[in-house]
Amino acid sequence: MNIQTVRNLRRTSQVVFFLIFLWLILKTTFEVDLTPAEISEIRLPYPVSIALELDPLAALMTLLAGGTLYKGLLWSLAILIPTIFLGRFFCGWVCPLGSLNHWISGIRSERAWRKGKRLLESNRYKKYQRIKYYVLFFCLGAALLGSLQAGLLDPLPLLARSIGTAFLPALHTAALALAASAADTGIGPVAAAGQGIYDLLAATLLPYRQAHFHGVVFIGLLFVTILLLNRVFTRFWCRGICPLGALLGVFSRFAILGLEKDEEACDSCNKCLLACQGADNPDVGSRWRQAECHLCLNCQAACPEGSLKFKFFPNQPDTKTNPAGTPKVDVTRRKVLASLAGGLGAVLLFRSGDAHEVNRSPFVVRPPGSLPEDDFLGRCIRCGQCMRVCPNNALHPTLLESGLEGLWTPYLIAKIGYCEPTCTLCGQVCPTGAIGELTLTQKVGDEETQPDRIGTAFLDRGRCLPWAMATPCIVCEEWCPTSPKAIYLMDETAVDRLGNEVAVKRPHVDPALCTGCGACEYACPVWDRKAIYITSVGESRSETNQILLERQRA
Amino acid sequence: MDRRDFLKKTGPAVALAAVTGGTGLAFHNRETALHRSLFVKTADFEVPPDPWLPVLTLATNTDPVAALNAALDAIGGIGRFVHTGERVVLKPNVGWDRTPAQGANTHPALVSEMVRLCLAAGAARVIVADVSCNDPRRSFLRSGIKEAGETAGASVMLPAPEDFVDVDLGGSVLTRWPVLKHFVQADRLINMPIVKQHSLTRCTIGMKNLYGILGGRRNRLHQEIDQSIVDLAAFVRPTLTVVDATRVMFRGGPQGGSLDNLSIENTVMCSTDLVAADARAVEFLGLSGRQVGHIALAARSGLGSLDYRAAGYKETV
Repeated sequence: MNIQTVRNLRRTSQVVFFLIFLWLILKTTFEVDLTPAEISEIRLPYPVSIALELDPLAALMTLLAGGTLYKGLLWSLAILIPTIFLGRFFCGWVCPLGSLNHWISGIRSERAWRKGKRLLESNRYKKYQRIKYYVLFFCLGAALLGSLQAGLLDPLPLLARSIGTAFLPALHTAALALAASAADTGIGPVAAAGQGIYDLLAATLLPYRQAHFHGVVFIGLLFVTILLLNRVFTRFWCRGICPLGALLGVFSRFAILGLEKDEEACDSCNKCLLACQGADNPDVGSRWRQAECHLCLNCQAACPEGSLKFKFFPNQPDTKTNPAGTPKVDVTRRKVLASLAGGLGAVLLFRSGDAHEVNRSPFVVRPPGSLPEDDFLGRCIRCGQCMRVCPNNALHPTLLESGLEGLWTPYLIAKIGYCEPTCTLCGQVCPTGAIGELTLTQKVGDEETQPDRIGTAFLDRGRCLPWAMATPCIVCEEWCPTSPKAIYLMDETAVDRLGNEVAVKRPHVDPALCTGCGACEYACPVWDRKAIYITSVGESRSETNQILLERQRA
Repeated sequence: MDRRDFLKKTGPAVALAAVTGGTGLAFHNRETALHRSLFVKTADFEVPPDPWLPVLTLATNTDPVAALNAALDAIGGIGRFVHTGERVVLKPNVGWDRTPAQGANTHPALVSEMVRLCLAAGAARVIVADVSCNDPRRSFLRSGIKEAGETAGASVMLPAPEDFVDVDLGGSVLTRWPVLKHFVQADRLINMPIVKQHSLTRCTIGMKNLYGILGGRRNRLHQEIDQSIVDLAAFVRPTLTVVDATRVMFRGGPQGGSLDNLSIENTVMCSTDLVAADARAVEFLGLSGRQVGHIALAARSGLGSLDYRAAGYKETV
């Protein structure tokens, strides 16, 4: 097989894996294509988080922070073990964010620094590329104390989160706006074209209804920044920041596949450097860096003299004019220790502050089946799959609600959507087990089993219509899904401002029955700040965040 | 500088100034609010009354399809209500993510039979739609109504946010409100409620089922629930109301959940008089129409008869 064929294979592989990744995200949604009516439980037809389970960084970090390798994360060995022999093939052939960076870097630029000699120079190994190792060891340090921070910058969760909570919802808004403004023109064909474009997008990319996520602008900004940096340095993110790339770089220490440079044939044209993705010094005369190479094979394909060849057990003589390649990672022990210490220190700061334990926000209501908060923060990689799959748009990425430590972890905003009583989808798609997989019985309970509770509802009597305004309203009771209902009504007499007695039914919450699903808060007609709301107290996952002795025992 | 030169040099600036000023004047508006256009249409889907036929029929059978057909035949048969080429929309109750056995939604067998009958009567298109309370995808799936409607040949339309049109309902409480477009774009509307207890209105049957055509923040309407139901019943005049009383939720409504909340009645009613239908159906809950605020108010407002026996009532087996 000649090198052009192999390179085309690599290009095909990038496109295929990118499309699979995108397709899996698109399928992380509840579609009504199942028919049986009496089914006990709604399940997704595809293993939509399989791409995230292939992630060795998520596997390692959850293993360190959580102590076990959850379910499908064993698949990550399918990436990690070949990397030990081959090097960072994942970055050049598989990683969907890497491919996106690759393609955006490849768009022709009119700027001088993206051309000729300056581009060539920018593709030589640079010291900034060490940053990714510092990021990796920082995350490792945090994981040692049980806090999983790698998910913020791990490319697979990052891309899933960015596409799922930022890009697709923004596209949805754009498509709706386009259809609406086309319809507003009042010109038949224009309106039809606008609607046609919307229908096409809706059929291919968009979920059943527009999703709105909390504070998502920062997720979008990070994503756009990563993409735009490619216009300054080729694959800047992959070279300089990506902690997964760093991990794979470390694991390529004993790779048997490497670059063999034939000094005799080389005429120093430097075409290899112009095409290099990883900035790993493919040119004769520089020391090739195994840990930086993405195995894109561009250098070998670009070489007109055939002096560069990727080979198993490459012959790499070490001479002054043609130094051998190095498998070593360019970081000193001192810097590794400092990064680890930084990660440890950050967690110590997070956890000595008040947000983690003594002053936890009552409004951080975690998805049903979530682990206790400490274990949860040791497992959640912030991929946003739970948020995307939630049929009610109830789960959202936190900003600072659960402290900086919990940035972009999921929480429930009942005002936007409540936890659908019979739904267990978020636990089904969670790749790391931060949200445990519940059976329907575990979720709703039966005679023997207590239902899973995520919080408890409280009334704001100063805003509730029958309590504060002598006006009838029973909507919270109507929506309460437990049987018997946790919200009950009492016939009471209110007095209006004229002194007239008005018979009203006033709602009360029975905390022994309430599961905290938030349907009452969602449905409450006091729209802007609800007169009934849920907080996390009473959540099944916590032994301490409880009110009732009786309910805790049950 | 000569005149020609001056004009050449100031011409573009003057033209731009004129366009800028003209744009400002053209869009100038002293009003603070913009007036949006309203979709106005009375939603009268009724067929002419027939003095020889009852306005309310009731049939009991352990097979809900047989009960429906018996009640429908007694009120004139499907041919009286649906004609060749008409677009028919069915409005079952698909409010909740509950199974057919839990009795919170209309029985799917009644929906599929109704679709089949409409198509057999020559309907050009049959749509099944509702604005669910729970996630519509889950509600339509688990209620069995998506499957029932589609296998019988109907288009089952889940409400998407862009499917609503602003409608002037012309009521005293219900004025301008978003309505799911399928309910104003049809020729015939068949209302298919189920009988359930409701803690504010005491019951939710035929008139209350029409809430399901509304979008927006309709929970606000509970403040004047009786009047808003009557406003809605005055605006939407269904061709036919088919009441599912095969199982009746006598407590824990309108969602229920436990089978202990249900009593099995094996009954289906057909009616051209919404008030009469509700007045008869509410007896399954141990009430009479007079005791229920919105039914009594609807009768007083001239929307139908509380005394269904006098209006024309027939029970069949």
